[in-house]
Amino acid sequence: MVFEGLAEKLQNTLSKLKGKGKVSEKDVAEAMREVKLALLEADVNFKVVKDFINKVKERAVGSDVLESLTPGQQIIKIVNEELTALMGTTQSKLTFASKPPTIIMMVGLQGAGKTTTSGKLAKMLKKQGKRPLLVAGDIYRPAAIKQLQVVGGQVDVPVFTLGDQTSPVEIAKAALEHANKNGNDVMLVDTAGRLHIDEALMEELQNIKSAIKPHEILLVVDSMTGQDAVNVAQHFNDQLGVDGVILTKLDGDTRGGAALSVRAVTNKPIKFAALGEKLDDLEPFHPDRMASRILGMGDVLSLIEKA
Amino acid sequence: SKTKQGITGKIENLVKSYQKIDEELFEELEEILITADLGVDTTMEVIDDLRDRIKKEKITDPNMIKELLKDKLASILDEFSEGEILNVEPSPAILLVVGVNGVGKTTSIGKIAHKLKKQGKKVVLAAGDTFRAAAADQLQIWGDRVGVDVIQHQEGSDPAAVIFDGIQAAKARKADVLICDTAGRLHNKKNLMNELGKIDKIVEREYSEATREVLLVLDATTGQNAIQQAKVFKEVTDITGLVLTKLDGTAKGGVVIAISRELQIPVKLIGVGEKMEDLQEFNSQAFVAALFGEE
Ligand SMILES: Nc1nc2c(ncn2[C@@H]2O[C@H](COP(=O)(O)OP(=O)(O)OP(=O)(O)O)[C@@H](O)[C@H]2O)c(=O)[nH]1
Ligand SMILES: Nc1nc2c(ncn2[C@@H]2O[C@H](COP(=O)(O)OP(=O)(O)OP(=O)(O)O)[C@@H](O)[C@H]2O)c(=O)[nH]1
Ligand SMILES: [Mg+2]
Ligand SMILES: [Mg+2]
Repeated sequence: MVFEGLAEKLQNTLSKLKGKGKVSEKDVAEAMREVKLALLEADVNFKVVKDFINKVKERAVGSDVLESLTPGQQIIKIVNEELTALMGTTQSKLTFASKPPTIIMMVGLQGAGKTTTSGKLAKMLKKQGKRPLLVAGDIYRPAAIKQLQVVGGQVDVPVFTLGDQTSPVEIAKAALEHANKNGNDVMLVDTAGRLHIDEALMEELQNIKSAIKPHEILLVVDSMTGQDAVNVAQHFNDQLGVDGVILTKLDGDTRGGAALSVRAVTNKPIKFAALGEKLDDLEPFHPDRMASRILGMGDVLSLIEKA
Repeated sequence: SKTKQGITGKIENLVKSYQKIDEELFEELEEILITADLGVDTTMEVIDDLRDRIKKEKITDPNMIKELLKDKLASILDEFSEGEILNVEPSPAILLVVGVNGVGKTTSIGKIAHKLKKQGKKVVLAAGDTFRAAAADQLQIWGDRVGVDVIQHQEGSDPAAVIFDGIQAAKARKADVLICDTAGRLHNKKNLMNELGKIDKIVEREYSEATREVLLVLDATTGQNAIQQAKVFKEVTDITGLVLTKLDGTAKGGVVIAISRELQIPVKLIGVGEKMEDLQEFNSQAFVAALFGEE
């Protein structure tokens, strides 16, 4: 990939100047251009990139980077720190209701990974000693219910369904009753994929929300998403209120700049990272790893340590 | 109702706010293209080209810029996509549909089957995704909707065996087109990509007389990774066309311009919704117009 070596590039750009003594503001600007391109190439949203660059520039110019013998490393360090900070701290905790059941609702665009991730969460919760219930709230996609049933079977968690002729709002209400009756302490509601601009379907989500008052509304985002990630996140957050984000398909080779975009727009924690199709492939989200990944510098920390 | 928000407004504001064409204007154009997912390299090339042309033709009016830009983008696409339609002649034909997870392969197959059936062709579907939960059920529902046969095996069975059976069924039933679904696979998974090679071999051995089309499905919401997807899939199997899905959203799918430029694979079809009819032939002019927010 083009930007595999951002760290190296920065090193080169700036180390050329070492012999000349001090690094100027102009040199920093040059370095910032490299960073900017890398972020754009990683699909971080344009506006987010701009804000970020300004912030880093300010810090770089205001600090002793310009005096440093290793300005490249210093700048990488700042970039990495700022990026990690933007990505949030580790908060892979789910909010549990003081009075069960805890209600979790999965939302997002078509094909993002909601159904699969519901299964993964159910498995994880079960391991923690909970008694989850999966709820088949997607009545539109062909065989969506069957898919959830197969997934539920694989993780040995019951699946609540009323078929595809009852409205998702009614299904959600009935599921809550069912959970109460059967002692399910967590309820995971799978919903149909929808476009953020589809008003009718967004309203459906709002109606489900007011009917069952979920404790966690999790936005499932495909990590390969491009510049549009901000629109998606903004719409879902504005219209529904999102409590957390799950990034999927990180087992691919995408840089995953969407993570930064979504985070910057919603300011909500990215709680989990999904790294595969199997139902074990769910991990807590690591902001620092994501920062390095977006920048295409897996070895960034070792580089800095050498400095 | 769905609201569309393109870059037209931005461009119009932009040209209005400039009296002359200068570097600042180019910089803003750059932003606009990046925001449509064209990527850094393609954007730079397009802008450089625009800059040259403006200089050469001594253009000074900022109002000209939009048309020039549209021209350039359409010409990149036209070079490979112009008039490219689904290659299913002569019969029999086999259509292999591949791509990463969740992009819209199975749905597109339903739509393509519907389209071909309407043209009077006999279509058979093969459920080559034996991995994902209820993938075959999903294809079966599409088959029922459209009214075509679906060949399927049990979950977990060998996909190559399903394709083999699909070919035998297509022959026996004298189908014009056999469309094969495959499991979503990320291009960086070697073993899954090798599986495609195995399917190719079956097709080669069992159905060498068939017209062959291999469609890579890309999600318009995807950013720069789509280039990598196209690159790797093309290396592993002989991709003959792209299907760009989910263009009914706000994502513009501008990355296909980069793909067209770098990899010379034509875009053949676009998906604009979840219904059977929501499939259109690709038209570069219309695509670029949509990129600029014009319906
Ligand atoms: N490689 C990989 N594939 C994943 C991951 N998460 C989900 N998938 C795959 O992505 C595809 C879509 O996943 P689903 O769970 O069906 O997505 P969804 O959001 O429920 O889709 P709709 O209900 O159609 O909107 C499937 O092929 C999944 O196996 C992941 O972390 N990695
Ligand atoms: N809005 C919209 N949604 C689409 C379009 N094409 C497919 N979808 C939806 O995207 C989701 C995934 O579609 P599938 O056809 O299952 O995708 P796939 O590539 O077969 O997925 P896997 O087999 O899991 O890899 C479903 O919810 C589809 O309804 C489209 O053009 N527009
Ligand atoms: Mg689903
Ligand atoms: Mg499929």
